[in-house]
Amino acid sequence: MCVEFRTRHGVVRALEEVRFIVRRGETVGIVGESGSGKSVTAYALMGILDPAARVTDGRAVFGGLDLLHASRQELEAYRGRELAMIFQSPRTALNPIRTVGRQIEDVLLRHQTVPRAKVRDRVIELLTLVQIPDPERRARAYPFEMSGGMCQRVMIALAIAASPSLLVADEPTTGLDVTTQAAILDLLDELARTTGMATVLISHDLGLIAERCDRIVVMHAGHVVEEAPARAMFAGPRHPYTARLLASTPRVGAKLAELVPIPGGVPDLRAELPPCRYRARCERAVAECDEPPLPRTQVAPGHLVACRRPL
Amino acid sequence: MTGFLRHARYVVTENPVTLVAFGLLLFLVVLAFIGPTIAPHDPLATDTARKLEPPTRAHWFGTDQLGRDILSRVVVATRLDLAIALGAVALSFAAGSLLGSCAGYFGGWTDRLVTRVMDTIMAFPLFVLAMGIVAALGNTLANIVYATAVINVPFYARMARAEVNVRRDAGFVHAARLAGNGPARVLAVHVFPNCLPPMMVQVSLNLGWAILNAAALSFIGLGVRPPTPEWGIMVAEGAAFMVSGEWWIALFPGLMLMLAVFCFNLLGDGLRDLIDPRRRT
Amino acid sequence: MRLVGRRLALAIPGLVGVVVVTFLLNRALPGDPAAFFAGPAATKQAIDEIRVKLGLDRSLPEQFLYYVRDLGRGNLGTSLTTGQSVVSDLVQRLPASLELTLAGLALAVGVALPVGVFAATRPGSWIDHVARVVTTTGVSLPVFFTGLLLVYVFYYLLGWAPAPLGRLDAFASAPRTITGFFTIDALLTGQPATAGAAVRQLVLPAVTLGIFAMAPIARMTRAAMLGVLSSDFIRTARAAGLASRTVLFTYAFRNAMLPVVTLLGMIFSFLLGANVLVEKVFAWPGIGSYALEALIASDYAPVQGFVLVMATIYVLLNLAIDVLYGVIDPRVRIEA
Repeated sequence: MCVEFRTRHGVVRALEEVRFIVRRGETVGIVGESGSGKSVTAYALMGILDPAARVTDGRAVFGGLDLLHASRQELEAYRGRELAMIFQSPRTALNPIRTVGRQIEDVLLRHQTVPRAKVRDRVIELLTLVQIPDPERRARAYPFEMSGGMCQRVMIALAIAASPSLLVADEPTTGLDVTTQAAILDLLDELARTTGMATVLISHDLGLIAERCDRIVVMHAGHVVEEAPARAMFAGPRHPYTARLLASTPRVGAKLAELVPIPGGVPDLRAELPPCRYRARCERAVAECDEPPLPRTQVAPGHLVACRRPL
Repeated sequence: MTGFLRHARYVVTENPVTLVAFGLLLFLVVLAFIGPTIAPHDPLATDTARKLEPPTRAHWFGTDQLGRDILSRVVVATRLDLAIALGAVALSFAAGSLLGSCAGYFGGWTDRLVTRVMDTIMAFPLFVLAMGIVAALGNTLANIVYATAVINVPFYARMARAEVNVRRDAGFVHAARLAGNGPARVLAVHVFPNCLPPMMVQVSLNLGWAILNAAALSFIGLGVRPPTPEWGIMVAEGAAFMVSGEWWIALFPGLMLMLAVFCFNLLGDGLRDLIDPRRRT
Repeated sequence: MRLVGRRLALAIPGLVGVVVVTFLLNRALPGDPAAFFAGPAATKQAIDEIRVKLGLDRSLPEQFLYYVRDLGRGNLGTSLTTGQSVVSDLVQRLPASLELTLAGLALAVGVALPVGVFAATRPGSWIDHVARVVTTTGVSLPVFFTGLLLVYVFYYLLGWAPAPLGRLDAFASAPRTITGFFTIDALLTGQPATAGAAVRQLVLPAVTLGIFAMAPIARMTRAAMLGVLSSDFIRTARAAGLASRTVLFTYAFRNAMLPVVTLLGMIFSFLLGANVLVEKVFAWPGIGSYALEALIASDYAPVQGFVLVMATIYVLLNLAIDVLYGVIDPRVRIEA
């Protein structure tokens, strides 16, 4: 999948050959720095990219339908029913002047997963499912009357209303306090387990990803640099960037001096870039790194690395 | 400063309309200064033999019911119309920023009093209030300026108050205060100049509105007396002839009026883009 | 209902301010009001008598109390030109003004909202650019000038519109007064021909007012819609697969209406002022042209009454806007 943004300062090649697979019931984590293309990947999947963005190439096959080339009607019907998404900053992500119950009802009515007469009951059921206390009363409340954690639960209820098969969670716990964070993630885990729903969890927080995901996709500057089962990734990262990312993450028992920052920043994606976009920041880079194409090597079963000189 | 210039160039190239507005402004200002010298005829000279003539070579904009040359009258009127608007806006800018910045800086009862007075002015439909003021003070040109100024004051006062308020506790203001400057000095030298850019946008948008208001007042017969050439009153004189087909009497002064207002509105939009690109609508 | 009560209480200081200002304007009359009322031939003694009669020999606060008492009794003085009490003149002419203003407003809203929404859903398209140029031109058009242009084109050139001479042409007689709105009264009393004539008279002045009010509403609608459409909750709604119509109207439009409703207050201020000018252009027998006739004749009581009535209407309109805002936005309703 390739995505470009046309801006007034030139074309930004936001995603280039981003490639990964999500299986039924599986939780896949996408990690990377800010600006590495995690959210753009999610938006492209959902077909809710900014109008300035253009999908230049690629496919996203979901149950036989190519999401990137589907018609608007097909996509609209798929969104919410098969694919759902939850966002960060839950308080602004809900309509401020509509009760949360009505917002969930809108989704239910749209996808007609329950008969019209049962819609209200289903709303209460959903709110109960996401562990909102006193759901009858909460259904009549407006987002501004609720805490951030409550709003996130509502958003989850809204996303799973039509029992989707894939849930994309874009930084679902950013801005929430630690206990709420854990509760929300536990909730997602449980829903995935009970419904068989696949989950894509997007985060810059490696610790969180390590704890919750079966497989991990590491992104850098619009490239997938490494993809591996969670355990293998943490045991032995093969891409220099992943190694750096792990070294720069605080761990319990580690001293502050052991934290190593990654030199440099995400490159300017408007410029002509070498095949490997990590080239300028990489300490292992050699002259042959400038020769296209960028290899994708399978170093172990299910463990892919996009690097000419993997660790 | 180079950053600002680059941004200015960006705004102008992105929105060439702003450039047009600058050109129009230049044109109006030049006309206001040299209008009487370039007018082809005496704007007051009547010639009943050639009354109500449609546009011809000799009279590009035609003649009115007294045979006066409309082009000359329109050109000469530029100075008066701009002067009224500029006078009114200058007055309301001065009064509004003084009241508003005092309210914003000192807070407390000053703030409450100023806000209350401004709210009271805003409780009137503004043009109607202007009519009432002119009726009460007397039907003169100066009172037109005052009335237009009064109905514009709240806009400046509110803006100055808000702008001063957010800067009142800024670091550089504390520094100036600690350096031993009195409140009046801090306000005038350190706080207020920083509020000027958004205020200038308001001035530009307001000038257009002030011209409209003043012209509307003279259209209904207040302020300017005939035979003085002024756009509003010329439109009023031409109004009666519109129904009998003599369109040129009202059209040309009306177009000039529109052009002037259009120019200031575009300029205001352009200035806003220049100063705050985010608020672009 | 509590909200309405609260807003009503908030409107009271505004009304008090209006009364004080009109009183001050009253007292700032050029020259000596007593001498003015007595007429040019009056002796000094006669002027003094009138001064006492008018209460002008008392202190300003006392005069204010008398003024308020008169207001309470519905006494706004007498018009020298019509010889009737100002209140009865105003009551008689107010429906004409209201009919015109409401028609203009309805027209403006009816056109401006769709245009704004359309421009916002296709930013940068040719329709967006056209809308932008038209609205910028709209705010720059002097309302009296628009009116005259319309008269020239539609009356003189095309002959589609009747002569701009009031609410009905000379051949029709006014319907029996029920609401005071000719169009509605004529229909209620079963005179479709009269209603048609009234509508024909109404179209041009209403369009003039409409063009004037349209521009700022369309502009604000476009800006508000653009802002709302790029907000997080619209993204959520789209991700949840809601139909684009639901997203656009139920989600985006209602939220975008909040700043537009706020703007309506300002629009009314302009509209009530523009009303005066349009009434003059179309010889519309409303309170605006009444005040103008009085103003030119230096007959000040009607002008003061007119200013007071207009300000009161405006305060009440703002009150209605606040209530409407509360209906749309639960945040206001619940915090109140």
